[in-house]
This record gives sequence, C-alpha cells and structure tokens, in this order.
Amino acid sequence: MDDLLADFLTETGESLAELDVALVRLERAPEDGATLSLIFRLVHTIKGTCGFLGLPRLERVAHASENVLGRVRDKVLPVTPDLVSAVLAGIDRIKTIVAGLGATGAEPDGDDAALIAALDTASEGRAPPAAMPAALPVTEPASPVAAAPANAPEPAAEPPGGGQTIRVGVDVLEDLMTLVSELVLTRNQLLQIARGHEDGAFAVPLQRLSHITSDLQEGVMKTRMQPIGHAWNKLPRLVRDLARDLDKKIELTMLGAETELDRQVLELIKDPLTHMVRNSGDHGLETTAERRAAGKSDAGRITLNAFHEGGHIIIEIADDGRGLPVERIRAKVIDKGLATAAELAGMTDAQIQGFIFRPGFSTAAAVTAVSGRGVGMDVVKTNIERIGGTVDLKSVAGQGTSFTIKIPLTLAIVSALIVEAGGERFAIPQLSVMELVRAGAAAEPGAGQEPGATVIEHIGQTPVLRLRDRLLPLIRLADLLRLDAPPARPAEGAASLHIVVAQVGGAIFGIIVDRVFDTEEIVVKPVAPILRHMTMFSGNTILGDGSVIMILDPNGIARATGIGAGDGRQLAEAHGDGLAPPGARSDERTSLLLFRAGGEETMAVPLGLVARLEDLPREAIEMSAGQAVTQYRGALMPLVALTGEIDLARPRQPVLVFTDGERTGGRERSMGLVVDAIVDVVQDALRVELAGDRPGLLGTAVIAGRATDVIDTGYWLTRAFHDWFGKAGGGPAGRGAHRVLVVEDSAFFRQLLVPALAAAGYDVTACADAGAALRLLDGGEMFDAIVSDIEMPGMSGLAFVGRLRAGGAWAELPVIALSGRANAAEIAAGRAAGFTDYVQKFERDALLRSLAQCLAARGEQRLAA
Amino acid sequence: MGMGAGLAMLSRETAGDTEQAFVTLSVADQLCGIPVLGVRDILAEQAITRIPLAPREVAGSLNLRGRIVTAIDLRRRLRLADAPAGDARMSVVAEQGGELYALLVDQVSEVLNLPTSAFEPNPATLPANWAAYSAGIYRLQGRLLVVLDIARLLALSAEA
Repeated sequence: MDDLLADFLTETGESLAELDVALVRLERAPEDGATLSLIFRLVHTIKGTCGFLGLPRLERVAHASENVLGRVRDKVLPVTPDLVSAVLAGIDRIKTIVAGLGATGAEPDGDDAALIAALDTASEGRAPPAAMPAALPVTEPASPVAAAPANAPEPAAEPPGGGQTIRVGVDVLEDLMTLVSELVLTRNQLLQIARGHEDGAFAVPLQRLSHITSDLQEGVMKTRMQPIGHAWNKLPRLVRDLARDLDKKIELTMLGAETELDRQVLELIKDPLTHMVRNSGDHGLETTAERRAAGKSDAGRITLNAFHEGGHIIIEIADDGRGLPVERIRAKVIDKGLATAAELAGMTDAQIQGFIFRPGFSTAAAVTAVSGRGVGMDVVKTNIERIGGTVDLKSVAGQGTSFTIKIPLTLAIVSALIVEAGGERFAIPQLSVMELVRAGAAAEPGAGQEPGATVIEHIGQTPVLRLRDRLLPLIRLADLLRLDAPPARPAEGAASLHIVVAQVGGAIFGIIVDRVFDTEEIVVKPVAPILRHMTMFSGNTILGDGSVIMILDPNGIARATGIGAGDGRQLAEAHGDGLAPPGARSDERTSLLLFRAGGEETMAVPLGLVARLEDLPREAIEMSAGQAVTQYRGALMPLVALTGEIDLARPRQPVLVFTDGERTGGRERSMGLVVDAIVDVVQDALRVELAGDRPGLLGTAVIAGRATDVIDTGYWLTRAFHDWFGKAGGGPAGRGAHRVLVVEDSAFFRQLLVPALAAAGYDVTACADAGAALRLLDGGEMFDAIVSDIEMPGMSGLAFVGRLRAGGAWAELPVIALSGRANAAEIAAGRAAGFTDYVQKFERDALLRSLAQCLAARGEQRLAA
Repeated sequence: MGMGAGLAMLSRETAGDTEQAFVTLSVADQLCGIPVLGVRDILAEQAITRIPLAPREVAGSLNLRGRIVTAIDLRRRLRLADAPAGDARMSVVAEQGGELYALLVDQVSEVLNLPTSAFEPNPATLPANWAAYSAGIYRLQGRLLVVLDIARLLALSAEA
C-alpha cells in the first residue's frame, strides 16, 4: 500500500470517528452552525481526497452525503432525525469501504445505488419547510471550500495557534516504551550495584543518568497517553441508535473526556465501556411510559464520568433507570444453579446484585439484539481485572445503577512492594497494598501490651488480625504458595510478623510474609505460556539485582482463598467501619464466636463484640472483695463466669474479653467472661428465633445448622460493672414485625442493640452515623421507628431528628433517643428537638417498652387518620 | 559457543552421506543429543527463581541477558530421580513458540556429527518415559545416544 493511501486511511479513520459524534450533536442542536460546518468540512475533505486518489466508489457515496449536508448548511433543509439517519447510513458505508481499502489496498466491490438514491431523496427534501425561495442555489454550495472539490487534500482541522504535530506509528512508540522499560531496569540495577561501592567516582554521572532516565520514561509515557474521550467517540452514536431501536429517550452526558490514560489501557477498556453503556440503555433505563408512570423525566440519563485519583483513573457509568431488580436476579441465580436459595437468603442485596458479574448470567428476560447474550458483565469484569483494575456496582431500586471502574494509569511500569515468604521473594503491586503492619502473636495477658496494638488471634483454626476497629482474614503467603518453611531464623520470627494489608474490590485482607523489602519500579512481563493457568501471579519481572521475581496478583489470591466471595467484606461490615455499606441488616451474615460453658451445647456471641480472647493460667486469677479479677493491661479486670462460678481446679481458663474504651473518656474498661472452651468462629445470619427467658441469654438461633444459645452480652457486662450502661430495667418485651432503624456510632453498642431488637421480633437495620441514615432515607427506605444515639461524630442525634422532622418520608416516624446521660434538661432538649421518647443506654427492656408504645400509638394515629 | 563451527560441520558431506550435528548432554548418566540448530545457548549453573504452584517439571525462571527464561528440569520431565542436591547443573536453551526455555541437564559435552544413515527409530526396549520424548537413537561405540524431541519436551501446557 502506498504511503499516500496509508495516510489517507489514518486521517479518514479519525474524521469518521469525529463525524459520528458531530452528527449526533447536530441532531440535538440543529441550529449549531459550527458543528454543521465541521461536518460539512470533514465529509468534503474525504470526498476531495477520494477524487485525488482515484477511489470512485467512495467518492460517489461521499458526494451524495455532502449534497445533503450542503442543503442543510444552506438552510434549504431542516435537520430531522430521518435526515441525520440518512447521512449516518452514508458514513457507515464510507466506513465499510475504508475498512475494505485498509484490508486489501483496493476498494471492495459493492452496489451503493440504493444508498445514493436514498441520500438524493433526502437532499431533494421530501418535506422541505414551507415554501422555500426558488432563488436559493440548488447546485454546488458556493462556499470557498466547496469551490475546489477535487483538489489536493486540504490540511484538515488546522491546529489552532501553532502546536505542530507529526504522525508516528504506534509500533514505534511501543518499541520506545519497551526500550525505556529496559533502560529503567538497567538503571535500577546500576544503582543497586553503586549502593555497595560508595567510592564516588561513578556517583555523579550515575545520578545524572538516573534523572535522565526518569525524565525519558515520563516523556515516553506521555506519548502513549490519550484522552479517554477517544474511547468514548463511538458512544453518542451508539446511544442514539439504541434510543431509536428501543424507542426510548436517552441523554448521554460525558464528563472528564479529556482525562488522559495509557493507550494500551484505553484499548483494553474500550469494549467493556461500550458494553456497559449499551447495558445501561437497554436494561437499566425504562421505557418512556414506565418513566412517566414512575414520575421521572421522559428522557433517561446515562452519565459517564472520568477523573484521576491517586495514580488511578476512575470511570463512573451511571444511569437513572430502574436499578438492578434484586428479586429477578435472585430467581435467575437459583434458576441457573449459581447458588441455592438458602445461600441467597444469607446475602445482602448488594451481594445478590453482584451475581451479574458471574459467567453465564444475563438479566434480560428476552434476548434483545442489543445486549443480553449472556457474555456480558462477567467478560467486562474479567477484562478490567486483567489490567489490574476493579469494578464495583451500586444500585438503588427506582433510582438507577452506577458502576465504578478503577484502573491503573499505565500497565508498563508499576511500583511494587518486594516481600519474602518461604525463602523466595515476590512482588506485590503497590496498587493493592493499603498498609504494612507488624503484629505480634496473641500476647500473654497482662504483658503490658499497649491497648489497640495489632495482634494476630487464632480463633479455632482461623487466624485473624484485629486492626483498629476491624477484623481481617489472614493468609499466610508461604502456605498459600505451598512453600517449605524458611530456614529457621532467630526467635524474633515468633514475636512479630509482617502483614501486608491488601484491598481487592471491597474485600480487605492481610497477607502474612516473612520479610518486607523496598518498593521497586518493575516492568511487568507476562509469564511463559506453560504457566498462564496460574491465577496467583500476574506476571514476572527482573529486579535491580538481576534476579527474576514473580509478581503476585491480589485478585487471584482473593479468589483462591474465597475472600472475594464475601468473607472479608462481611468481616469488614460486621465491624461497621467506613468501608461498609450504610446499612447492616440483622439478617446479614456475621462472624459468630462459638464456645461452650457449663454443658455440651455450644453458645454464641457476635465476634465483633469480643475484643480479645485470652487463655488465663489459674495463678493469674485472683479474688478481690468476693469478685474474681485478673491483672490485665495494667488494670484489674473483673471476671464473670457464665456458669456462675469459676472452676479454679482448671489449670487454664479461656476468657472472652469485652472492652469499651469509647464511652469512658478514652480510658479502656474491660471485663472477662469465663467460659469452658472456645469452639470456633462461623459465618452465619444471626436470627434469634426463640426469645430467651433465662437471664443472660438473648434466645436461641440456628447457627451452622445447630440450635445455639446466643448470650445477652449486655446482661453479663452489667454483672461486672453495674453502671456499664446505666441502670438495668425489667419488663415485657414488645413484639411485632416492624422495621427499626438503629443509628449508633459505636460499633460496640450497635452490636448489642441489633441482636437485642432482632430477638424482640424487630427487623433491624443499623447505621454508623446520621449521614448513612439519611442516605437510606434518600434511597427510599422506609421504617416504622428509629432509635438514635444523641452524641455522634458528624451530625448529632439532635440535628438528625431536626432534619427528619423538617419534612420527608420519615417526618412522622417515632424517633427514640438513646443517651448515656439523662437529666431533666437533657430530656427536655431532646423532646424539643423532636424525639418521641428518651431511653437511657442500655436499658434494653425500657427501650423495647418504649418502642412498643410508640408503634402502638402510631398505629392508632394511622387508624384515626 | 561454536555455533558457526557446528553449522560448518552440519553442511559437510562425506562420501555421499549427510551428517547432522548434535549437542550432546547427559541426564542421569544417559547420553542424549539435541540438534545444534535447535539450541540457542548453553549456560553454566544459573541462579534460578522457584515458581510456586508450577508443574513439578518447572524448575523456575532465570534471567538470560534481560529475558526471562523458564527452566525445565529434564530429570523431572523424564520422570527420573532428582539430581543430588548441590550438584552444579547446566542448561541448554531452546526456543518454542517464540518463548525461550532452559533445559536443566547434568552435563553438556561436545558437539558430535553423526551420519543421518545411522539414525534409528526408537527400539522397542526403550523405557516408556524415554520413548515419549525421544525422536530416535544413534548407536555409538558401546553407548546409546537418545535424540530428544524438543517440541514434545516443551509441550507442557497441553498436558497441564
């Protein structure tokens, strides 16, 4: 193929992409003169060049299209959807011919008569507006551009204000990038060698070489950067055609189109993006009639938003459609055998919606021409994960769905943390590393460990890391990779461990390694084909010291250990930190600690309530004023036996330690609950079926398939400290299938309230702050009553209730205040702010009584209304 | 490495009989040959990075002048006993489908020119583990030389 033709093809390809966008814009804004001129000029350039290169077929089609556009520009014809469709059909034909030209170097055969006839019909203006003045020129438009139809190709779209550009083949840039990558590696290698020889002769030139290499790397990277708008070019056209095909009205908004990312990444996300936009239009948005019925604007909206955030590109694809139908997904999941009804029962809506990413899943009831072939979202997810990205989804029924894609800026060079496990070194992409933690094994009680220190605890066979307010699942890298134990190192290995805290999607987990080295810039190289089936590695690379190292794939690790499937996320949710979704329903799966006390039956307590597990030697237990105590972290900790009496004959005594440092001015207060044996930790839904009539038990729940007594932690806490929550009360528990929202910032109290209310028959949702509760309000959630803390970070309980009373769906709901303080003035202030009732924390029975009263009163009001 | 010399020998014809040049090597005391043209490099002992969870035959990967090469342990591939720990081993680098592989062997020795007329198919008595990767044999003075079939040796992915 000669150079002239090759240049023409490249240039035309760009013009065509621009044309699609411009035509759709014109259709929406027919009066936009600038857009019209742009379109005209582009088509004209194509036509002109064709004539010059001797491409008759292409020239005829371009000419017919140009005619139509000329008439529009001369205001002889109005811009109508039909007219735009006709021109688009012409553009499509040009694309086909250009594609053939690119493949064979000659125009492909074909008959354009029908198309040209259609274009001519359009240009004759089947429905011209009213009477048009006959004097208007009907032949060639008399613009200077059009006056020279078959001249040499004019320089299309002269770059405004200088800024010269040249065309460079992509392969040249790719080669440059490879060379620079190698140069970076060699530089790193030199630096490493130089570190050992501080004699200085090479230090200065090496420093300079290093800087130049970095600058060169940056410069070459820049040549590969392209605005993401390039990947979006096709979307306006796609959405327009989609809207016509489906008879919907769709508005596409694209924000941040100028955000730049690596060409390679861009290529890889183009198809997933297109697919997702198509899905939003097809499945996400309702028909016009449905939208009207739902009180929404006629036109559905699809919004694309791209921006940089900490070395990543975030792309959001949101629609304001019907949201993902949880019930239909649930039915489909069962139908397809992807999960059982029982498994689904224990899942949150978000987890069920996550099934759309599973292979072989497609929600469209009928397969449409546009989407729904069942090769959709799983492929999208796989493609995004392949480039080290993640995709998350959020969907609110009736309000729409939004997908968030997070991808690295570039794939060529990544920063990686070098770690050692089982005597081998591995690289972990810095992208997924959240932090590094040094943790000791569970220490002896009273060993003077600082409160809040990170400790690895073994519960049953499962190691977990308690990091601040969160319990993280742990994976020992050497075990995972089946590496032999490293040669024994000095005893310090037992005293502290290195843990890499990694995040994959919403799941956070800890990877135990033997050593942590530096971070290094590495060039990811694919592994040999015979190793491609190994999902634990994303590639390999050569380090500065010349050795080969495998690059771990955190996605693969999470999948291999089942963390991505939800465990990690659930652990995080159970501890209600900022990463958890705003609501945590009481029928969600929680981690439950199983133990035995005074019998063979197992008993359970939510793991989140338990601060630590201790195994006290008998000598550590002392009696003080008739109360068993132990020295614990520099203070005396009261011990309470679940069986009523501590069996001092036993050499060691397992103890569940409960701690609350949040309510006592930052000073930690602990109590130990003495049990016979700790059995296991399981994930299950905590649904207390039978309310207990024995003091100290919430009731019985089916956990791991067995009836298990769930202890009422509150009861036991007050046995150790009578004032732990304030005064204890008594009375009958209210019952009813009412939905109650609990707003409480302390994870500890939340864990107490949710099971207590659930045991009393309420359907409980918990939020960590007022903001999360208001999001539920915005999300259209409805409750029968709200129980709220007064003192909370951010919006206080008083402000929260004020906000509710000001109007909205929850304006009339009973809201019960919970507070540690309770004087008359406080109560008066609470009532003035809009609280229905005021209950002291944690008077369980008073709360239940108050709830029952409020709900009964509300029921009467409703009947009266 | 005498690649040029090997090529010269390869093209040498003696008395109307063509010869083929082989790099000879030994694996667990068995003499083997690989056609010189299939050999890209011969390496003395190298630092090899283990690859966890990889198939048993994969000894690891090594850095060959900036390229990452997968090392295959020929003893394991042939289901022979592992080499005694601490023995220095050499590698023969071969290419398959654009990728480089290093075959870990006990010892690499000379390049031999052998007349094609002396090439024989695998004898029926050849043990199955050898027969699977042998293209045929040469009978030398008192010794058997097994010609290794590189393509079959490296067809690991198909079996994985």
